[in-house]
Amino acid sequence: MSIQITIDGRAITAEEGQTLVDVAADNGTYVPTLCYVRDKPCLGTCRVCAVSVNGNVQAGCTVKVSKGMVVETATPDLIDMRKAMVEFLFAEGNHNCPSCEKSGRCQLQAVGYEVDMMVSRFPYRFPVRVVDHASERIWLERDRCIFCQRCVEFIRDKATGRKIFSISHRSDKARIEIDVELANAMPPEQVREAVDLCPVGTIIEKGVGYDDPIGMRKYEIQSLRDRALSTEEGKP
Amino acid sequence: MSLNPHAKDAIASHELPATPMDPALARAREGKIKVAMIGLCGCWGCTLSFLDLDERLFTLLDKVTILRSSITDLKRITERCAIGFIEGGVANEENIETLEHFREHCDILISVGACAVWGGVPAMRNVFDLKDCLTEAYVDSPTAIPGAKPTIPFHLDLPRITDKVYPCHEVVKMDYFIPGCPPDGDAIYKVLDDLVHGRPFDLPRSINRYD
Repeated sequence: MSIQITIDGRAITAEEGQTLVDVAADNGTYVPTLCYVRDKPCLGTCRVCAVSVNGNVQAGCTVKVSKGMVVETATPDLIDMRKAMVEFLFAEGNHNCPSCEKSGRCQLQAVGYEVDMMVSRFPYRFPVRVVDHASERIWLERDRCIFCQRCVEFIRDKATGRKIFSISHRSDKARIEIDVELANAMPPEQVREAVDLCPVGTIIEKGVGYDDPIGMRKYEIQSLRDRALSTEEGKP
Repeated sequence: MSLNPHAKDAIASHELPATPMDPALARAREGKIKVAMIGLCGCWGCTLSFLDLDERLFTLLDKVTILRSSITDLKRITERCAIGFIEGGVANEENIETLEHFREHCDILISVGACAVWGGVPAMRNVFDLKDCLTEAYVDSPTAIPGAKPTIPFHLDLPRITDKVYPCHEVVKMDYFIPGCPPDGDAIYKVLDDLVHGRPFDLPRSINRYD
């Protein structure tokens, strides 16, 4: 059913139950997202897409639009809140862009640019999380993980549907795990899918490194914002 | 005058007797905006990026005079500066002293590059104990000479290194940040040109890079 909502004071027609960040993007309003993958179930883990819905701050990817909804995305407070969420993720792990294979193709980095982050306001933690290189084709750089849970939910064993990735422990001890047996059974295209799905440089394909020259990398060819606002398939 | 740096009458390089500046040159410098730049624990790549300003440097030099840089190699700045660029993070006691000295003598202090902004490549040692880093480098090093007594360097003349590598803003207040490893010459130019012409700091998305 078609409904009317307002985004930043602009009247917008949408279908009831559509995801708010999709409606915003389809109408030319970019809300930075990180854990969210369009057309997949919402994870709601990163909170980077914070917007105001009828006066309450919510993660835009978790909200289904309904009649008369009043949405604000661009107040100074919201802009700063989203920036703080990204800065928090950069301080929480070891995000060493100059030495990372994912640089230029990393969604965390790309969203950092979109929120105009230059430094984290939070103290950098430099957590110690050991690398897991036990599986045949995947290198798991745990200290880059932002716990978005994309791999946990969307990458599953083809035969059994079992989860290949999981998160163990809690709080500052939390870390991403890989089931080596299931990972070794992943077909090559699924390994590549997992690498592309990982929004940071945690899931790295062994034997593949810095394969795109600087200036020709994914988000240098088209920014995260332009990808989210484009009408093409397969974004961001 | 003593060559021993710990003697009471020891002097630093900026205190050495120098030929007075040519009066015409001194007059030409008056009224210019004073800039100083120094590297702490980094690789000087950001300084090379500064040189990537190429001919744009010449137009800037009509308004700016660079009191301290790798070219003069003074350890301390002798006059108050409007703008100080800091490259590199804080990894030893000398870095702390230098950074505090720059904070004291610069109106605006800018972290330039990944090392100054968050520690950068040197901060990769932050996930290890300092003791283990030194042991790996000097005792269990693959290039250690067999049979030689392993020695971790320690001397009064050597600055003691800090337990972790720190971003500059965790040691003193930094006013602005230019990320990048190194930042493009364009990013450094944009910031310097804006500040020199009285415009606010602004690093547009198109030239903000972390690598």
